[in-house]
Amino acid sequence: ASTLVVAEHSESKGTLSPSTLCTITAAGQLQNPVTVLVAGGKGINAVAQQAAQVPGVSKVLVAEHAAYEKGIAENLSQAVVATHKAGDYSHILAPSSMHSKNYVPRVAALLDSQPITDVIAIKDQATFVRPMYAGNAIATVTTSEPLKILTVRTTAFEKAPSTGGSAATEVAPAVAKPEAGLSAFLSESVSQSARPELSSARVVISGGRGLKTKEHFQMLEALADKLKGAVGASRAAVDEFHMPNELQVGQTGKVVAPDLYLAVGISGAIQHLSGMKDSKVIVAINKDKEAPIFQVADYGLVADLFKAVPELTDKV
Amino acid sequence: MRILVGVKRVIDYAVKVRVAADKKGVELNNVKHSMNPFCEIAVEEAVRLKEKKFATEIVAVSVGTKQAQETLRTALAMGVDRGIHVETALRADQELQPLAVAKMLAKLVDKEKAGLVILGKQSIDGDNAQTAPMLAALLGWPQATFAAGVEPVDENKALKVERETDTGSEVLKVNLPAVLSTDLRLNTPRYATIPNIMKAKKKPMELLSPEKLGVDVTPKTSVVSMAEPGKRKAGIMVESVDELLDKLKNEAKVL
Repeated sequence: ASTLVVAEHSESKGTLSPSTLCTITAAGQLQNPVTVLVAGGKGINAVAQQAAQVPGVSKVLVAEHAAYEKGIAENLSQAVVATHKAGDYSHILAPSSMHSKNYVPRVAALLDSQPITDVIAIKDQATFVRPMYAGNAIATVTTSEPLKILTVRTTAFEKAPSTGGSAATEVAPAVAKPEAGLSAFLSESVSQSARPELSSARVVISGGRGLKTKEHFQMLEALADKLKGAVGASRAAVDEFHMPNELQVGQTGKVVAPDLYLAVGISGAIQHLSGMKDSKVIVAINKDKEAPIFQVADYGLVADLFKAVPELTDKV
Repeated sequence: MRILVGVKRVIDYAVKVRVAADKKGVELNNVKHSMNPFCEIAVEEAVRLKEKKFATEIVAVSVGTKQAQETLRTALAMGVDRGIHVETALRADQELQPLAVAKMLAKLVDKEKAGLVILGKQSIDGDNAQTAPMLAALLGWPQATFAAGVEPVDENKALKVERETDTGSEVLKVNLPAVLSTDLRLNTPRYATIPNIMKAKKKPMELLSPEKLGVDVTPKTSVVSMAEPGKRKAGIMVESVDELLDKLKNEAKVL
């Protein structure tokens, strides 16, 4: 038995993502040799070198081709399928993200295996724990598939150390036609922000309907800048104020687990709680003392957020 | 061009789900169900594409128990032309699994000669988010998941799709035929009007089964046990910003 981890990375920055380090920790719990597949364009070798230094990784396979640069599912899935066919792994793991939700099911269908997504704990080689119903039910699930394909929720696994290992690096098995020719990348719009990324930030400050307008999020940004944190939003805020969807924390958005989560003007719908309830410390500021968010908050402050947030920014 | 949309009947999004007494699943009896919210967005997008004359017919498919027909009627009332009900007694949230559903949809795409399939990005019961890319893989078609904007281009031979990503959004051009999955920002679904609900009762609905489609739907994964999530205990209320800062610095030590 052996495990393949498909790495996530920022090729433009030349870095392996923290979520990949969490996935390598999860892979280690399966107690089989771990191979990491790194697929991307020209910048990918820098990422492969980082993967090779992660303790617990025995081999790194590098698939370098322009077709993989933008993570197009039709192309990337072929690289994973070819790698599996050559290596006959018992488990394929990837971090849970919008990126993996795009290509992993495609891989699974091509390999005829029903995957298990958003794994939060590994019981044994075929038994896993995952949330359903926005985290309102926690299922322990067993699979009869010979090939087990999993995505792991990275907030549930510690990051593996980034140095200390020395895995061999090899070229990944070749794909006959890496560019599938089914779809083409035209452009992207990446939020330009000096703040840390929402999913890996130590401090997250999220706003909800109580903020009233998109412009009022600047208040949260000022506080975030002072705390070196990231800004998030509830689904209600994304819906009503047209906040960028990548800021959405919750069942249908991102799942975060920072050291400090500050919920401002968020009532605490189930859909939102499932995206942040594993945070270490939760603070809620809301003018409605009955808001459900106070039931999960370590510290609650019933106050007018338009006064409390500037005061907090001032004094912090 | 014929569009196929998938619609799933799930526990209504506003219902607080509870784990059943046998700890093998959540309680489904006497609980309000409705169409999965992302499937509503899929239906709406299909109807808009028909209104734009891009599509000539919309067929909605629902796999599930007899009650899935209610969900199909809702789709028909929103503007879908006809329905296909693939009846199965499997629990839709945990026994009816995405790969099996994708295989059935692939058979129906062939049978109906569909040129575009629109599905929700995930159903809010199993939260799997798998069916759309699986279907695209089985058909050998391109996919555009988490769609936030769809525009026919190249004389309707391709679609330009804006899709949500982890860091923002991107624009892809997918050749047709293709599979789309819908995200929140794509549109706001219309409500079915009373006259349209009446009309929907007369629209055709075909009844099929997994066996008739020749797809094995035996579950590959099974739930060993189901539990309520660990509860966070409520903390304390502070009276002022100063007290909050003091607690965060000296008690929680996160500042």
